Amino acid sequence: MLRFEQVSKGYPGGFVALDRVSFELGKGEMAFLTGHSGAGKSTLLKLVSLIERPSAGRVIINGIDLSTITSRQIPYVRRDIGMIFQDHRLLKTHTVFDNVALPLVIEGFTGRDMARRVHAALDQVGLLDKARCLPETLSGGEAQRVGIARAVVNKPPLLLADEPTGNLDPDLSKDIMRVFEAFNQAGVSVLIASHDLGLIARMRYRMMTLKSGRMIHDGLMHKEEEAQ
Amino acid sequence: MSILFGGRATGAESFNPTFAGRIWMAVLTNLRQSISSLGELWRTPLWTLITVAVLGVSMTFPATLHLLVKNVQQVSNSYDKSFEISLFLQNTATETDVATLSTLLQGNPEVAEVKLISKDAAMQEFKQESGFGEALDFIEQNPLPHVLLVTPKVNTPAAAQQLQENLAKERFVELAKLDISWLERLAALVNLVQQAVYAIAVLLLAGAILVIGNTIRLLIMDKKSEIEVMKLVGATDGFIQRPFLYTGIWLGLFAGILAFLVIELMLWWLEGALARVTSLYQSQFHFAALTFGEFSSLLLIGITLGFIGSYLAVRSHIRAIEPA
Repeated sequence: MLRFEQVSKGYPGGFVALDRVSFELGKGEMAFLTGHSGAGKSTLLKLVSLIERPSAGRVIINGIDLSTITSRQIPYVRRDIGMIFQDHRLLKTHTVFDNVALPLVIEGFTGRDMARRVHAALDQVGLLDKARCLPETLSGGEAQRVGIARAVVNKPPLLLADEPTGNLDPDLSKDIMRVFEAFNQAGVSVLIASHDLGLIARMRYRMMTLKSGRMIHDGLMHKEEEAQ
Repeated sequence: MSILFGGRATGAESFNPTFAGRIWMAVLTNLRQSISSLGELWRTPLWTLITVAVLGVSMTFPATLHLLVKNVQQVSNSYDKSFEISLFLQNTATETDVATLSTLLQGNPEVAEVKLISKDAAMQEFKQESGFGEALDFIEQNPLPHVLLVTPKVNTPAAAQQLQENLAKERFVELAKLDISWLERLAALVNLVQQAVYAIAVLLLAGAILVIGNTIRLLIMDKKSEIEVMKLVGATDGFIQRPFLYTGIWLGLFAGILAFLVIELMLWWLEGALARVTSLYQSQFHFAALTFGEFSSLLLIGITLGFIGSYLAVRSHIRAIEPA
């Protein structure tokens, strides 16, 4: 599904955000990406969503090398990737319904068909009753779930989440993770960047750890790391 | 169709694959975006009013000048038709010669009317008008020639001049005189004013485009984070820029309507003064207001300005905004 081959990303001035990173995320697999802030988690996700391009190496999704994607094609690629952000990035002046509907509107959906899909997505995250609310009336956990609903509304095969629980307390974080698990069980590949090691450890999924741009661990979490 | 996942139906295609259906979808999307742009303008009434006022005024000025030129042209055209060629005949011409020539000229298809002012009649008139009176009685011989006043059928200065040259070649004609230099001067003046109006109009309309461009640029900057989010969820630049283009078009349309209203208001205000001027010209001249065609072009110009201004703004600024 998603494959990194010796991917490096350097910035002008000599800073290296990613250093020869390789991994593969299978179809329908869920994995966590951890590391301290500045370790390169966000940069890695940005390479997948084509916000950034790698300096070296190849990023491949479903067998297609992203370096062959032109800037004109980027919007269409992003429609295949659901993205969730730490600050959820909702449009403040639009209702929850409109926020979730945005990807559908962009793809040309209208009327009843669009409403049906939006309601389905809101139902999946348990916020059907908040459709008419503005984002500022929502709690942090609710806003994040709206963000998830927007990411999954057009049923993308790949979900990326950048610190989705960064601003939430442990109970809410667990709820959010359960939502991701539910989508994963429906066959969606999920990659979550998070530094919440305690939460991840309890969930027993594959974990990739970045340190200063290098992949230093890939697999289930070791007991000694869990103790830290 | 998805680029990465061949076979994954996306968007409207997944439920409506026909070509007509997709056209209909695009029309609906455009309609929705244009109406939502209108709604955005409605939500910020003061800002919209000020912008429309600035644009409207810069369109009112050239439109008013155009109206002025149009009417001055109409006046000068009405003068154009009042030519008269004076034929001064040779002293040797007898009364019979004059009568023959007069009949001959009346048969000319380019001549509308011929009027004779005989030697004696001219002397009589001169005596009365000049104030020399009795003094002229001492002149033994009447030095004044017979004069034929010819009104041509033609109505352009050039054709009148041609006729004058032809008449000058007639027998017994000493001199044919056509006074059109003042008409030419008037026409040249009107032309000059017209050119000046066009130049001013171009400058003001260019200003209007810049105003719209800058307005849309500020709007784009204001919505920077919203644009970033839209790009992240897969909106094309075209999709993102369309609401701004519609905003520009709406602003231009409203500015056109405002310009029209201001001109109508101005005409209403000047109605009394205009009536006095036109009454002095009797029925020769009627002040022409904006025609429906001109009203439509005013709106069309507004819309075009709005589109060009906003297009210039979105072209450079929307592409520059990238999510980080």
